[in-house]
Amino acid sequence: MKDNHLIEIDQLFMYFPVTAGVLQRRVADVKAVDGISFYIKKGETLGLVGESGCGKTTTGRCILQLYEGMKGTVRFEGVELTKLKKEQMRRMRRNMQLIFQDPFASLDPRMTAGQIIGEPLKVHGLARGKEYKEQVAELFRMVELEPYMADRYPHEFSGGQRQRIGIARALAVRPKFVVCDEPVSALDVSIQAQIIILLEKLRDELGLTYLFIAHDLSVVRNISDRVAVMYLGRIVEITMADEIYANPLHPYTIALLSAVPIPDPKVDRTRKRIILKGDVPSPIFPPPGCRFNPRCYMASDICKQKQPELRELTPGSEHWVSCHMVK
Amino acid sequence: MTTVVKGEKVLEVKDLKTYFYTQEGELKAVDGLSYYVAKGESVGLVGESACGKSVSALSILRLIPYPPGIIVGGEIIFFGQDLLKATEEEMRHIRGNRIAMIFQEPTTSLNPVLTVRTQIAEALELHRGMEKEEATQECIRLLKLVGIPDADRRINHYPFQFSGGMQQRIMIAMALSCNPALLIADEPTTSVDVTVQAQLLEIIDDLRRRFGTSVIVITHNLGIVARYVDRVNVMYAGRMVETAPTEELYSNPLHPYTIGLLASVPRLDSERKKSLRVIKGLPPNLARLPSGCAFHPRCDYAMPKCREEYPPLEKIGENHFRACFAEISKLQKAQ
Repeated sequence: MKDNHLIEIDQLFMYFPVTAGVLQRRVADVKAVDGISFYIKKGETLGLVGESGCGKTTTGRCILQLYEGMKGTVRFEGVELTKLKKEQMRRMRRNMQLIFQDPFASLDPRMTAGQIIGEPLKVHGLARGKEYKEQVAELFRMVELEPYMADRYPHEFSGGQRQRIGIARALAVRPKFVVCDEPVSALDVSIQAQIIILLEKLRDELGLTYLFIAHDLSVVRNISDRVAVMYLGRIVEITMADEIYANPLHPYTIALLSAVPIPDPKVDRTRKRIILKGDVPSPIFPPPGCRFNPRCYMASDICKQKQPELRELTPGSEHWVSCHMVK
Repeated sequence: MTTVVKGEKVLEVKDLKTYFYTQEGELKAVDGLSYYVAKGESVGLVGESACGKSVSALSILRLIPYPPGIIVGGEIIFFGQDLLKATEEEMRHIRGNRIAMIFQEPTTSLNPVLTVRTQIAEALELHRGMEKEEATQECIRLLKLVGIPDADRRINHYPFQFSGGMQQRIMIAMALSCNPALLIADEPTTSVDVTVQAQLLEIIDDLRRRFGTSVIVITHNLGIVARYVDRVNVMYAGRMVETAPTEELYSNPLHPYTIGLLASVPRLDSERKKSLRVIKGLPPNLARLPSGCAFHPRCDYAMPKCREEYPPLEKIGENHFRACFAEISKLQKAQ
């Protein structure tokens, strides 16, 4: 493991069983994550982008060891998480937290904002008494809420404020690594920008490392250092953020970029548009060969037969792509 | 999109007021909104949550739940007829027939216990008086039109057997089944994937060009409508704050709210490390609207006057109107 890598994932697989009948026999698998490997450097933000059902959320949760039955290795600061005992993992979780997509569903409606933010401090035994109160107030200020709001319940807050509560809760235990699972997609456009800026500020102040999950390449653009694009359980392209926007190579990445409209009709009309056919296929029966081939506008015969490997284009370029057609 | 010959006004909304009476008091969801849609024209209604964009659309179809909601004033002229004065019987002939609506959540707007055929054929039999066999054929044709493969087999499936994008296509097919003169699409792309969003908007735009249907697209994302609408109406707290032809609005926005909305959309073509600009604060609570211009607490250009009176919608260019007291030159300089 390289020194500057905080997280390393190697050949990660996560299949969810599909059962049928009274005996609940396993008849098929949802291949949510199907053999992916990547690393995240310390202090870096990796954007993970893909459409619904591509396995991006599952990947984030696999890193946090929230599932049973996954295969592959996940290393955090050199420690292999898959081999840890339950109690060891519980202590390890302090270092890694999760911010959820839906700020309406992820906060307990019966707890006050102060209790929600303070709960992790209690669970991990980090503070009590006066110190506890001070820390909760500090967390409120950190996410730009007022400490006097601690006695309010989630329903008294707007969507953007609730997302701030979710962020404060994740940061309460002073983690090193945070999985941000679509933290802005449920919010209004003007509020999205506020939350992205807040997350950037907190990352720089606290030295956090993020895995930032989104379904839209424009959202991760500002915050990410590197970007990985997923399709049906596999990574199709991963490289530096500047590179992926300036020089996308995988046909799916190119299509995703062209699908994002630019809020200026003059510019937008001059862009080349690639409109993909059809929907994402079911991850229970992924197509043979390259998973993207039925929707791909560049596919040839080999794409239907052989699954392409993720390869680095020129050694040291850090631009990895999984496509037979890219030379 | 400029190839369509624009004709007479299909719909004209005049000084529409839709209020809700709740425990919190009187909520002015739509408060004096006026705009029109010409034949074959596509108009965007843009704003954040609770700005009144969906309520204004539901008002057109008189689908506001009463109580608590009530249309307290205004006119909605559709082909010369004021829909607010129409009888319930007349409205039934208009809804789904001459004005169709695509709802935001296809999963909740389709009936889960009826097959797709039954749901689409219902409108065909009711509004177009078709026999069963004829309706089935028409149903297959419509599903093919919106790009559902294997349509003759798929019509017997239930909504849950379709993906989100496919369900939204079924909604579009249903909306088009009676060749409506006006199609209202309420956030048609929010619950679907990015690549499918593009497909859906292309389908709607293609149908508009082919059949001359007028379209109202409701959205909170200015990026999405840029390519597909002729004119944009920006709404804030129940009122129109700016309206202009699309190109004019994007290149020369003159209301601080529009400027803020445009700046807070992450753009693929801007410099990457340039940080986003934000509109400070939150959308207002309709029960406790600020005095004067509702946007003034969030506005960088607010003056004492803004707290006292509401700025009227005034003409500032060819088809370009805005409701703001701030000096135009200041706003232009800031961009």
